[in-house]
Amino acid sequence: MQSKNPIQLNVVNQNLKVKKAVDREFQLPKNPPTKDYRKELFALEAAGEIEIIRVPEPFVEVDTKYGRKKKIPIEHTWHHKSCGQCGHIPGYSTSIYWLNREFGLDYYDPRDQTSCTAWNYYASAASNPAAQAAIACRNFAQAKIDGYFPLIHCGTSYGHYKEVRAQLLHFPELREQVRKILDRLGLPFVFPEEIVHYSEWVHVMRHRIAEKQTRDFSKVTATVHPACHYHKLISEDAIYDRDLYDGQRTAIVTGVVEALGAKVADYSTFHDCCGFGFRHILVSRDFSRSFATIRKIERMKIEADPDVTITHDTGCVTTLDKSQFSTQAHNRKVGIPVISDAQFAALAMGAHPYLVCQLHWHGVDNVPLLELMGIDHEKAWKEFEEVADKLQQDPEAFLTWEDV
Amino acid sequence: MRYSTELYGCYECGICVAACPSARFYDFSPRVFAQTMAREDVNSFYELLNDNVWDCSQCFSCTCCPRQNNPGGIITIMREVAVNNGLQSAKDALRAYSRIIYKVMTTGTQVSPDMLQPDFFPDWGPDVRDVSLNLDVWRRAIPPETLHTVELAWDVSEKTQLELYMIWKLTGNLEMIENVDEGLYMILEEVMEELLDEHGYDIDDFENILED
Repeated sequence: MQSKNPIQLNVVNQNLKVKKAVDREFQLPKNPPTKDYRKELFALEAAGEIEIIRVPEPFVEVDTKYGRKKKIPIEHTWHHKSCGQCGHIPGYSTSIYWLNREFGLDYYDPRDQTSCTAWNYYASAASNPAAQAAIACRNFAQAKIDGYFPLIHCGTSYGHYKEVRAQLLHFPELREQVRKILDRLGLPFVFPEEIVHYSEWVHVMRHRIAEKQTRDFSKVTATVHPACHYHKLISEDAIYDRDLYDGQRTAIVTGVVEALGAKVADYSTFHDCCGFGFRHILVSRDFSRSFATIRKIERMKIEADPDVTITHDTGCVTTLDKSQFSTQAHNRKVGIPVISDAQFAALAMGAHPYLVCQLHWHGVDNVPLLELMGIDHEKAWKEFEEVADKLQQDPEAFLTWEDV
Repeated sequence: MRYSTELYGCYECGICVAACPSARFYDFSPRVFAQTMAREDVNSFYELLNDNVWDCSQCFSCTCCPRQNNPGGIITIMREVAVNNGLQSAKDALRAYSRIIYKVMTTGTQVSPDMLQPDFFPDWGPDVRDVSLNLDVWRRAIPPETLHTVELAWDVSEKTQLELYMIWKLTGNLEMIENVDEGLYMILEEVMEELLDEHGYDIDDFENILED
């Protein structure tokens, strides 16, 4: 029972004004806790050690975690493809290219590109820092030779290249090893001014995408999953925006979903990993499945009941999507389609769900989502099947950009 | 080389454990790794190396550490130690994984469309069967030219594959593989030797520069 005359506790100063957490204003640190990698890169360039590939104009400057401005190029981009996207969810990379083409932007899709091989490195450790840095720098050298700026499709490549940058800046002996390797290959030792992820390009393009939006997404509720290797592994490069989550969480993905008129629904395990695990998703999937469904999908379903989950990395789409099938047998609360921000943006601008976004490669039934978006999925699938039938007749034929 | 930037001490606060996905489903703790290394506890180090070093998800959620430790990074280094020394834990962890190592080291792409087979991914549902049945046509029904591939994630030029082989050789990666899977090593050596030879190179000209 509450006393009518509570005893005044003199340990609390009655005049002390303590703001509630919700009223507190977020302040950036006066001094970023990490060194500015660009200054260090340019210092190495001035010393004649490496050459820096400048972000080409036009670019957009955005805020990053500690308030530094990051340049995101709009075009003249060298598309550093992702193993998992190209191999298993090809509508992901196709949507990125489709968006570039719709805006008439200059981009390059190289054959002289290898995987960053970081999926293998994090899974097996059957490599070493010199090989990993040399592979990164070989790709960057090729981008320089081709005359474009690297735009990284994969979240893990993005994270790993930031790690490689930190190691190259910190360890002169590693730079020496990489230099020797590149000399043997006859390639220049170059490194980009910024490591840029494609989702950062989508983020800075979001208002232009919204201007060209042809489908109404106002009935769509989405949850967002940010990739660990985007905002945790060398976190200082990630985009933060004071207007999104008060600058307390990365703005990536959420920014474009909101700009396209969909509702972003929150859930308590936003910061959790997807459960990909690198080694686990290939050979120990009981762990990946359990984590993805119990810690992520089921929490989203119970707390937000979204129509779709939007993410921005290869492993996250794969794990969150593919883990849901067998989990149904355990009566878990699953059944949320998973697509990338690039596919979501392309669908908003009128892209074909199967010929461009290639949604038939995804596991969870996305028909209810397409209906909410006002897409005639039966007609669209029939169109895809007609194309497939034609290709079946002619083994030398391919679908082209002109066809879509 | 990297160790000095991964560990600065440990408050034993457990924030890394709270953030860790593997800690929720395995008897695994990133804090134990940080503490073991900070205490230079060789016996525990060897135990971890032979046991749950392979449970880590390598998501780096543990980098939320208030001391700026990177337990995930420590584990990457420890795994390299396990591979370089041919420990049984590495052989066991990588036994089912060798086809993936073969794919990425020989083609330059980690996974390929033709891996989507129902017997490899039975838990991913009937869509995997649909993809594998229609693979050739569905790959040709993708607009970008670089994606009309079945055995590679995208079309990697021969010149680039050759450069990748040179990097593997120059950094001693084949020797690492030999430590954990001799059969795989012999196949890789043969595949790489063939392409290098075709282009007028001698595989023995690419000595491991890290041994200098």
